Amino acid sequence: MPERFVHAHASHCESGVMSSLLRHHGLPISEAMAFGLASALSFAYLPFVRINGLPLVSYRMPPRAVIKGLERSLDLDMRFETFGSPPAGMERLDALLDAGKLVGLQTSVFWLPYFPPDLRFHFNAHNLLVYGRERDEYLISDPVGETPVRCARKDLEKARFAKGALAPRGLLYYLTTPPAAPDWARLGKRALARTARIMLAPLPFVGVRGMRMLANRVERLSASSGGEHARLYIGNIVRMQEEIGTGGGGFRFLYASFLQELAAETGYAALDGLASRLVEIGDRWREFALAAARMIRGRDALSPGALAERLRALAADERLFFQSLHRAQRAWAR
Amino acid sequence: MRERDVPQEGNATLAGHRKGVYAIADDGKLRLVPSRGWEVEEIVTRQAVEDLERRATQARARALAGESSPLEYHMYRARMDVELLSQVTGVWRWRVRRHLRPAGFARLPRALKLRYAEALGISSEALDRVD
Repeated sequence: MPERFVHAHASHCESGVMSSLLRHHGLPISEAMAFGLASALSFAYLPFVRINGLPLVSYRMPPRAVIKGLERSLDLDMRFETFGSPPAGMERLDALLDAGKLVGLQTSVFWLPYFPPDLRFHFNAHNLLVYGRERDEYLISDPVGETPVRCARKDLEKARFAKGALAPRGLLYYLTTPPAAPDWARLGKRALARTARIMLAPLPFVGVRGMRMLANRVERLSASSGGEHARLYIGNIVRMQEEIGTGGGGFRFLYASFLQELAAETGYAALDGLASRLVEIGDRWREFALAAARMIRGRDALSPGALAERLRALAADERLFFQSLHRAQRAWAR
Repeated sequence: MRERDVPQEGNATLAGHRKGVYAIADDGKLRLVPSRGWEVEEIVTRQAVEDLERRATQARARALAGESSPLEYHMYRARMDVELLSQVTGVWRWRVRRHLRPAGFARLPRALKLRYAEALGISSEALDRVD
């Protein structure tokens, strides 16, 4: 039987789950380190993926990137299981909990009753940990919550077997053997290269180019019919930037924390300066969010052009930043 | 963002919860700081919720006037649209649209009605009403 599980508050579900899971199994790793080593920072604007009629804008890699990224880079022994039927999935969860396992689950936020009602949208890739069960209630460590919570069996079943895009199909995962202590410098170096490559990729929808493309789209938003559609459109961009605990910085603050930690862990001081620069970029994202929110509420006149300009400036800042990161990565003596 | 600048604006959308955000502490290091919310975030979250609530209210009025089926109201109330309802039920979009009309809804086979009800998290009797 492993030691008693200790809940930790995190800003993002997936990195929080992996940090707690690994720490419980004897590898202390912060949320920021989990996020950064998995190269989870990103930007994507996918106009062909629509949610309630609005395009997908994301400031990180797709769901499961943190889990899969860490599994690969830390060479973890993890088991992933999905199920054809809800009862089978619940039975398996019970069996693992009875065996003393700490189990990760993919769920839909909409069906989790402990979530604040206004935040319950149909997002199917919310991760949480289950560390026990008392009769028909599961003991849950949801990393975006400050304290552990409980969830009734029927609700958890519904959340695990929600259908639609990114359907979890009851996905559960756990560690089979304790993780080995990694070589932070080697992994860090690789992770930095991956992130710089994605952010500077010569593809239209991702990274810095994705931001520019979004800026062009925003510029063309029409203020006609009261600007209702335009307001919903820019509200969506900000909501994705903000929603689950990134402090408005679209994960930029979390990644900056990773750079600081990696600098401290490996003694490569250049990363400290980069962290400060990224915090400034995160603050620019916050200013963008504030400007957008004021237009949505009608405190400022709706001006898609002004927001597009801010997005272009952010794209330029991030381009320079990731070029510097790329250079620092290459200059990192091993 | 400095730790002392982390917004603590008591967002109603967080329902008393605090969320973790990263900010720079006095020692220059970033760390997780619990936040009671930022108004900007509340504005954009409420905007999305209110949009869905408005659609539900309008659908309810249409259903009461006999212009659309109760399914439309329940779909928006569950924060879905035709696309999403089609995805979660496995029913083609054009069929979902047909069932949003009173005549199409009246002809719904029992099994299909159950499938809709389950996807929306309500009973099949509740699906017939718009209260």
